[in-house]
Amino acid sequence: MNLRTPLARARGLGSAKSGTHHWWMQRLTAVALVPLSLWFVASLVVVVTADHETVILWLHSPLVAILCCALIVAIFYHGQLGMQVVLEDYVHTETLKLVSIVVLKLASVLLTATCLFAVLSIAFGG
Amino acid sequence: MEKSQRPLSPHLQIYRPQLTSVLSITHRITGVALVIGTLVLVYWLLAAASGPEAYASAQALLGSWLGRVVMLGFSYALFFHLCNGIRHLFWDVGLGFELKTAYASGNAVIAVSIALTVIAWALAYAMRSGP
Repeated sequence: MNLRTPLARARGLGSAKSGTHHWWMQRLTAVALVPLSLWFVASLVVVVTADHETVILWLHSPLVAILCCALIVAIFYHGQLGMQVVLEDYVHTETLKLVSIVVLKLASVLLTATCLFAVLSIAFGG
Repeated sequence: MEKSQRPLSPHLQIYRPQLTSVLSITHRITGVALVIGTLVLVYWLLAAASGPEAYASAQALLGSWLGRVVMLGFSYALFFHLCNGIRHLFWDVGLGFELKTAYASGNAVIAVSIALTVIAWALAYAMRSGP
């Protein structure tokens, strides 16, 4: 006998109420990161070996700034999803698991904001 | 106690590792490494935004021999995670599960990730010694 309502089953969100959202977002960010990370590494090969002025000029390009912002959001979203699974797998103390995941989530948002701020301040800077 | 004839779960110390399981745990290890590597990205971007002096010292730190060894590790981790991640995406849509294919794609991941790392570093050194 299934005690769940037909609506609950149709929604397919399970006991965590999020369904396949975690899995799906991990794949979505992975797909986005394939071209983004290849582009970023290819750019770095040129940029990283040059001086400060080259980096600034590079990030002054709107396309570069936009792609960098997309890359930053995708990297930290993907990274925190993956780290969450690792913590859930290996941290067996319930309190420590909860605390570490909360710290992870908040830190990833903070680091995303920091990186976006750095990119945008260069992009909009003189 | 009588020994159970049921199959046991792999005992890591005595279980002979296969390519598939080694790549699986390496995917996770490189993923965690890359999350740590994002801190380098934060540092580098902040240094670039702070100005020429801060950027120069960041470049000096990352360009030191120890910095280069660490960056070589991060770049290989990135290329491995990228290639094996694509392998995972094919599995996600139900392709490449045959044992032969899984081993062939696993070997391809190792070859391509090493090749991409070598190409990236060769290009970076070629750019540097240029103009």
